[in-house]
Amino acid sequence: MLQHFGKYLLFMSSLFTRTESPRIIFNRTIDEAILIGVNSIFIVAIVSTFIGAVTCVQVSYNLNNAFIPRSTIGFMVREMTLLELAPTITSIVLAGKVGSSIAGGLGTMQISEQVDALEVMGINSASYLVLPKVIAAFLVFPMLVILSMFLSIAGGYVAGTVTGALTAQEYITGIREDFIPYNVTFALIKSVVFALLISSISSFRGYHTSGGALEVGAASTTAVTNSVIAVLIADYVCAQLLL
Amino acid sequence: MIEIHNIHKSFNGKKVLDGISGVFETGKTNLLLGASGTGKSVLLKCIVGLIKPDVGSVTFDGTYFTNNKLDIRQEIRRKIGMLFQGSALFDSMTVEQNVEFPLKMLAHMPKDERLDRVNFCLKRVGLEGSNKKMPSELSGGMKKRVGIARAIAPHCTYLFCDEPNSGLDPLTAIKIDELIKEITEEYNITTIVVTHDMNSVIEIGDKIMFLHEGRKAWEGTRDDILDSNVKELNEFIFANRLMRDAKKVEEEEEEEERQKHSS
Repeated sequence: MLQHFGKYLLFMSSLFTRTESPRIIFNRTIDEAILIGVNSIFIVAIVSTFIGAVTCVQVSYNLNNAFIPRSTIGFMVREMTLLELAPTITSIVLAGKVGSSIAGGLGTMQISEQVDALEVMGINSASYLVLPKVIAAFLVFPMLVILSMFLSIAGGYVAGTVTGALTAQEYITGIREDFIPYNVTFALIKSVVFALLISSISSFRGYHTSGGALEVGAASTTAVTNSVIAVLIADYVCAQLLL
Repeated sequence: MIEIHNIHKSFNGKKVLDGISGVFETGKTNLLLGASGTGKSVLLKCIVGLIKPDVGSVTFDGTYFTNNKLDIRQEIRRKIGMLFQGSALFDSMTVEQNVEFPLKMLAHMPKDERLDRVNFCLKRVGLEGSNKKMPSELSGGMKKRVGIARAIAPHCTYLFCDEPNSGLDPLTAIKIDELIKEITEEYNITTIVVTHDMNSVIEIGDKIMFLHEGRKAWEGTRDDILDSNVKELNEFIFANRLMRDAKKVEEEEEEEERQKHSS
């Protein structure tokens, strides 16, 4: 375990030695941002909308009390979305989609000697391949989390009003009630931390693949498992430190 | 010229290379020959710096490489072209982008010049017009050709080929061998080819180093390989029936020659 952690730290430090020119890194980062960000919009949108809708339905089911105003449902959907569901669930979904794709891609490059080909050319393969992925994740994760926040709250609105759990006015009153802007900042800080963890752990697992197709599959699975565990631990640490 | 001196390498306590020394000459196709698992590819990777030898050194045209400063090693690496066993083309790039890649990364040429060079290299390996194809659309032989084009694109001084004709039909294999030899002579570069193919030995082996169990068991030219008295080398060469027949024919011809002289 410690040996792996040490290897991971060395790997991370290697990303910043002998880096390619800023222009090359910039171009690669744009490509990676499209792969990580744009290609994930659909899954993030679906998951967020339904999570918001389900949260609204379940909260209204549990708050079936005449003394509690119905607008509380909107308030709770907003708080749960901002503090936990949007950053954490989105990151766990992205750990599955993006993490496996990063680990699989790098693993395949490693076993087909494409990484060796870069090294022979005198290119720092870790920096060339991984650094743009980490930067891209750093940039697009917060954007995806913001999208997730909006869609989740919108999902709650649709589910709440369609099922008659509360009126549109009650929901809007609820989501505007006692709003703490810091909660959004907190969610964005978490998204940046999760981006770093998912992109770097998945890259580390993929980059150190050796063997054949079976090992590439194993690397993808390990990348997702490790990333999800790291996200959950980091989620707790962030909550403890920042709230 | 590439010189290697006393290269040792072990993996998990298992000795793979055991004190190999030798010289690979410029303008010649130098072969590393041996059965599977004798350490040929490991030696090649030690020479290009993909694997660090436990002991020993590699020198490129008099410049020490193995443990030298990073910038000097980088400078040498930029003169190296390598054809990998599986071609190692970048899957997400077209043929043109693959060949252009080292120029873009290392040569800092304007786009027009880069494309001219790419087209020249593709023409040289007989693949003009394949610029926009993806690696997945190419046959094994074509992938090897693209690999060679990518290796020579940045005007390499040293060319390394790891089993360039593995997985190819005999005719394509010979064509790839011929291409490597032509390029070596045309550009006067130092070429090292890892192979276990006797056709390559006969066709292009200007200088051959035979490895057996991680040691250099024999060194010489293709002209004297059939006359060697090294047991392991003979076992390797004459495992092939065609080679046994060729040897038999040669011996019969020599016998006839002797009889003619004596009569």
